[in-house]
Amino acid sequence: MRNIWIITKRELGAYFGTPLAYIFVVIFVALTGAFAFFIGNFFERGQADLQPFFAYHPWLYLLLVPAIAMRLWAEERKAGTIELLMTLPISATEAIVGKFLAAWIFIGIALLLTFPMWITVNILGNPDNGVILASYIGSFLMAGAFLAIGSCVSALTKNQVIAFIVAATICFLMVMSGLQLVLGFFRSWAPSFIVDAIASMSFLNHFELISRGVITLPSLFFYFSIIVLFLFANVVVVEQRKAA
Amino acid sequence: MAVLVEADRLRKSFGPILAVEDISLKVEKGEVLGFLGPNGAGKSTTMKMLTGFLEPDAGRARICGINVAERPKEAKSRLGYLPEGAPAYGDMSPRSFLNFIAEVRGFDGASKVAHVDVAIARTGLEGVETQRIETLSKGYKRRVGLAQAILHDPEVLIMDEPTDGLDPNQKHHVRSLITEMAKDKAIIVSTHILEEVEAVCTRAVVIDHGRIVADGTAEALQRRMPYHNAVAIRIAVSEADRVAGALAALAGVAKVERVAAMNGHIRLRALPKPGATIAADVGALLRDQSIVVEELLIERGKLDDVFREITTSSEGGRHA
Repeated sequence: MRNIWIITKRELGAYFGTPLAYIFVVIFVALTGAFAFFIGNFFERGQADLQPFFAYHPWLYLLLVPAIAMRLWAEERKAGTIELLMTLPISATEAIVGKFLAAWIFIGIALLLTFPMWITVNILGNPDNGVILASYIGSFLMAGAFLAIGSCVSALTKNQVIAFIVAATICFLMVMSGLQLVLGFFRSWAPSFIVDAIASMSFLNHFELISRGVITLPSLFFYFSIIVLFLFANVVVVEQRKAA
Repeated sequence: MAVLVEADRLRKSFGPILAVEDISLKVEKGEVLGFLGPNGAGKSTTMKMLTGFLEPDAGRARICGINVAERPKEAKSRLGYLPEGAPAYGDMSPRSFLNFIAEVRGFDGASKVAHVDVAIARTGLEGVETQRIETLSKGYKRRVGLAQAILHDPEVLIMDEPTDGLDPNQKHHVRSLITEMAKDKAIIVSTHILEEVEAVCTRAVVIDHGRIVADGTAEALQRRMPYHNAVAIRIAVSEADRVAGALAALAGVAKVERVAAMNGHIRLRALPKPGATIAADVGALLRDQSIVVEELLIERGKLDDVFREITTSSEGGRHA
């Protein structure tokens, strides 16, 4: 645990030591707001909730989270610092979890900085703050799942552009897997239980449930298992690189 | 003496390329081992296996008797490693970077500060400790890598080309640092500079094509050179034949070469028979025959030549 926290601390310092953190936070807050007001018709709907705000989070994460995740391992590999990191007395798991937590906390900070939306909606009306809290939790968990996927992909390459594109594509498929576009492709030939399984993998379905205020165990379990699964794959990839 | 580093038949290939074929070596406490070899010989790969960054396909690496593959954390905690090019997190300052290393190495509070201070002082980083590492010169970056490797005063120190790209003063500084630390550690240094082997190493191992082709002191390596202890003289062209004949007649001389003629002068090189020292005989001959010598020097043999000699002969042996 101590080693994980040391890694997390260093990584967080690295985010805020460069312009990356500030640019990311500003763009994230600006885009979430812009989507809510201009595309989500926040005012015109005449309802005191943050539905139009949260509805665009999956799509924003699709772009922004792989951008954070792509550097996690690809950059270490490119700069050669991975050789330093992996010859320190820490395990690959500690390094992976530490880096993941730092990136997740960082996204969490960006998410918290959208609090003016929450203030706005509370001034304008009487929203259900429980639903808003649930939505924030759901959004944060979804970001973690995207991040775990991106971190795993990042360990496969030293090229950050490849890491970004591959991670964004996988995340896109995960988001879309509940929609007819993807399901239709499988429905024509796959048995129905497979189609159902794919549909249940959808980030969107789980997120919609949570952002309606329904935090169910399956949804929590879904996001956490995605995170654990991909971080485990991440450990395998990093360990495998030692032997290759 | 205690064996602190042990490589036991290490082998590693990357796809079809066999980087390290079969390397076994032991380094004892107090030894500074110079690891030599042409580019691509397998030096770095061997070091990466010793430090646990790469897993060998076959064989074992032990640090202080601990198997690196089985108990990596324990082995790594007794080891200081300077990877090739001294990678460090460029967006950190030397002090915060070393703080991070100290924390990972298990130091806290006052002992953390003390260890970082000592490492900074020993590597001469005082003036730059708050600058970002990526803005530092190559020499300072190398020192940051060095500070990181020696911070926890490890029993085993492995350094991949620690003086590469440094200016003569910095090289001298690094070498005296190594000599200073040598007596209670086992140190492995990879290099391709012979003077470095002479200056700091108690032993030199030459590897080529993933195998050890020579193992001994720097002096012993030089003795393998055909030009070792050869005597070169520069005389007038008109005297060349007479002198060459007289040199060839000396007991210890194996062969006389004519190297280059220029401006009426020629350079002759007398090669000794193996083990013979001919400088005194050549001197006496020149005096007796009153030959006017423009220049006289005793050649030592360069490492480049040692490389060529040892590595080409091992290749010849392999294809034979």
